[in-house]
Amino acid sequence: MDYLLTEEQIMIRDLARQIAEEKIVPVRAELDETGTFPHDIMKTLAQSDLFGLFIPEEYGGLGKGCLELAIAVEELSRACLGVSTTYAANALGTYPLLLFGSDEQKKRYLPDIAAGKKLVAFGLTEANAGSDAGGIQTTARLEGNEYVINGTKQWITNGGEAEVYTIIGITDRSKGPRGASAFVVEKGTPGFSFGKKENKMGIRASATTELIFDNCRVPKENIIGKEGMGFVVAMKTLDNSRTGVGSQGVGVAQGAFDEAVKFARQRVQFGHPVITFQAVQHMLADMGTSIEAARALVYAVSRFIDAGAKDVSKESAMAKVFATDVAMKVTTDAVQVMGGSGYMKEYPVEKMMRDAKILQIYEGTNQIQRNVIGQALIKEAAKANK
Amino acid sequence: MKIVVCVKQVPDTAEVRINPETNTLIRDGVESIINPYDMHAIEAGLQIREKTAGKVTVLTMGPPQAENALREAISMGVDDAVLLTDRSFAGSDTWATAYALSKAIEHLGADVILCGKQAIDGDTAQVGPEIAEFLDIPHIAYVRKIDDVKEDSIVVQRLMDEGYDLMESSLPVLLTVVRELNVPRMPSLKGKMAAKKAGIKKLTAADIGAEESKLGLKGSPTQVRNIFAPEAKRDRKMINGTNEEIIDALVKELTGLKCL
Repeated sequence: MDYLLTEEQIMIRDLARQIAEEKIVPVRAELDETGTFPHDIMKTLAQSDLFGLFIPEEYGGLGKGCLELAIAVEELSRACLGVSTTYAANALGTYPLLLFGSDEQKKRYLPDIAAGKKLVAFGLTEANAGSDAGGIQTTARLEGNEYVINGTKQWITNGGEAEVYTIIGITDRSKGPRGASAFVVEKGTPGFSFGKKENKMGIRASATTELIFDNCRVPKENIIGKEGMGFVVAMKTLDNSRTGVGSQGVGVAQGAFDEAVKFARQRVQFGHPVITFQAVQHMLADMGTSIEAARALVYAVSRFIDAGAKDVSKESAMAKVFATDVAMKVTTDAVQVMGGSGYMKEYPVEKMMRDAKILQIYEGTNQIQRNVIGQALIKEAAKANK
Repeated sequence: MKIVVCVKQVPDTAEVRINPETNTLIRDGVESIINPYDMHAIEAGLQIREKTAGKVTVLTMGPPQAENALREAISMGVDDAVLLTDRSFAGSDTWATAYALSKAIEHLGADVILCGKQAIDGDTAQVGPEIAEFLDIPHIAYVRKIDDVKEDSIVVQRLMDEGYDLMESSLPVLLTVVRELNVPRMPSLKGKMAAKKAGIKKLTAADIGAEESKLGLKGSPTQVRNIFAPEAKRDRKMINGTNEEIIDALVKELTGLKCL
């Protein structure tokens, strides 16, 4: 379907697609099998200016918005969700600086991020603080001109590979949700180290580690926004990034769908290609329809955010939950359409199915997304009945 | 350092079809790309520029739509693009093409001229070396590595069947390059945006001071009669015996064939 993209948006899509087809598809199975971080691909993305897509021009970026980022993420995800997770998590980690960083911080970090010289990671999750972000135990205590950070972040994408980390820690536990603050911490800061690299079911090209802070001292200026704004920073960051996860869902679903259609045209049973059987056609019809619906929603919400909408929690949660549920269903059905072949590693759909599962879990489980949507509905209804 | 990269726009297919009546390539309905070997030449030009500072100009001879190939080169980061286009170039064989390109290069000026080793449509591998002959400068074909570029000389490795030749040449020089030389870079978004807006310089036969009689069909000594893949046919004869007997028989055989 034609989404009336601008000439520049089409340019971004075509370039991301070219990189996906020429640089990612040929190596994705090996990256998955060996769990290797895609350094070369990140270099290519950097040279192609894709890291600067959503960063303002004054910091060396291209000054584009959520929709352009969604388009690029979708194309990369079509080839490999492990690679696109690495790329998208970089944006996730950059949003706190972009949305709440001081001029000083933006000048210091954004140009290198835009050039792809420095990768970023976002550290919110902990062993006892996943869906319940209120359970954060990492602390940041002000001592003179420094914050002393202690605690462990868990399952952090780009852990160890990133140079810059935006993390959330508690500065004043007595204040509850208003007692959290966001910080930027650079790799190499004394007291900051990494735990083991996780062995995952999918997105195996992406790096996932613990971040360990043991009396890690950072200058006072490393706080993002003001003390106590940590949850606001985290929530606004996630509001912006959820459409990116939605576009990952659209991309991986499209990738699996394309494989299923191609296979169904070639595979002959009972003397006919299996695509001529209504049972297969109906599955493919539902897959194609749901992908188009997911894409339309992700693009619409991205445009809504780019237009400057203030509160996008509900809409971005809808885009994330719908598109990623579609991704799980479509990748599973792609394996089904391809039967035994789909289950084998010779074909890419089993990997896509394993990869897709994370989309329903990370950056807020789909159950939490539904909570967000539900709470917004209650609020809207109460307002209407005033 | 002035670097000129010659590129050719070719149909995007390994299986080029030939019109049996005219013996020319059928280009209708086939998407055009930059000849893959020329992509390596562009990359080499950009890498030389990164080391020595200078300017990379990409040059092509072709119809107006060849401009697309030049814009693609700009999106990879070349500084300038020149389209050599004129009705009088129509029907040029490799000789007439090389003549026109050499006149354009004279006009532009160049220290290093880079070409792909051959184009995937015609596969002659003639135009590069012929340009050098017209310009009366040295050329090195099948360059697989550029070891050093100095102000007035260049050191390269020339790919051979077994191993390579290490060669040094004075400048200006023309190099034709093979795939082993490098991995062509992807275009960048900023490059693509620049390519959209970039002005393409156009040169005609008059601009480069080319002699009319040496251009196009008139200036082309090649007459294509038929295009076909030569049949691989070899006579084979086994010679047995002691070494001395074998050598005697072989000498006799070769003498008979007038090889000795």
